[in-house]
Amino acid sequence: MSRALQVGEAVTVDARYPDGHIRTPYYIRGKTGVVCAAMGEFPDPEVAAANGRTDAMRALYRVRFLQRDTWADYAGSDHDTIDIEIYAHWLTPIEEAAQ
Amino acid sequence: MSHSHTDEHDHATTFVPDEELSLGFYGLAEAAVRELLVEKGVIEPAELRTALEWYDRTTPATGAQIVARAWQDATFKAALLDDPGQAVAQYGVNMGHVQLYVVENTPTLHNVIVCTLCSCYPRALLGMPPDWYKSRAYRARVVSEPRTVLGEFGTEIGADIEVRVHDSTADLRYLVLPEQPAGTEGWSTDALAGLVTRDTMIGVARASAGV
Repeated sequence: MSRALQVGEAVTVDARYPDGHIRTPYYIRGKTGVVCAAMGEFPDPEVAAANGRTDAMRALYRVRFLQRDTWADYAGSDHDTIDIEIYAHWLTPIEEAAQ
Repeated sequence: MSHSHTDEHDHATTFVPDEELSLGFYGLAEAAVRELLVEKGVIEPAELRTALEWYDRTTPATGAQIVARAWQDATFKAALLDDPGQAVAQYGVNMGHVQLYVVENTPTLHNVIVCTLCSCYPRALLGMPPDWYKSRAYRARVVSEPRTVLGEFGTEIGADIEVRVHDSTADLRYLVLPEQPAGTEGWSTDALAGLVTRDTMIGVARASAGV
């Protein structure tokens, strides 16, 4: 994922399970949400955790998911949401994922 | 006291240690690394003490002053939502390498904060997180059944109000801007700040003017 994502764009979180210091929660991998804010670039935590520091930067987005899409047995309102910070290299726009 | 003579005798001979001496793995690792860093001159004991004093000095009162100001001053509130780091810097708050993000509760939206991966928390604004915030039970449950968890805190959220959980997974730290209780317009900043508890800024409680 190299191009910048747009606010409002639907994205799917990679269903990858690598070892290491991963800041993408398990429960959201493979789920689809909508980009709600672009937060700028931050040091890649996966590289920084292994090397102590890094110059590798990753764009960070806030992505909003519907709770009913996140948990099969969600008991709250259909409108309830969860916002998660996710790095660009974990996100794929849904139209690209379909190709 | 209805203790018999025999009971008192038993108490006198039962040794109860007044200090738990087992450090555990991480306690030992922390002590070992700290002592090595001091021994090798990388850090001074006084630097450590100064850092610990900062933690002890930083309390939710800082966040409460900022929330109270936002309730009173629409321009400040807009700045707090737009560029939070800059707005809190006026209060001497330095967010360091992380970025502050403020989420506002409204009549139709209730925000609550968690860090499911560890215990990320806006310490510069709220001090040290409570133990429950770091517990696996809170971290696992508030993402998947937030309304039930909020109910256990005494916070019932109507079905017509959206509950939005924020999972603090990376480089942002979150502060909930609670709703100002009705009937408190015109109160002083300090009086308003007295209504803003730690839990209202995590989002597990609403600010209330009555007890």
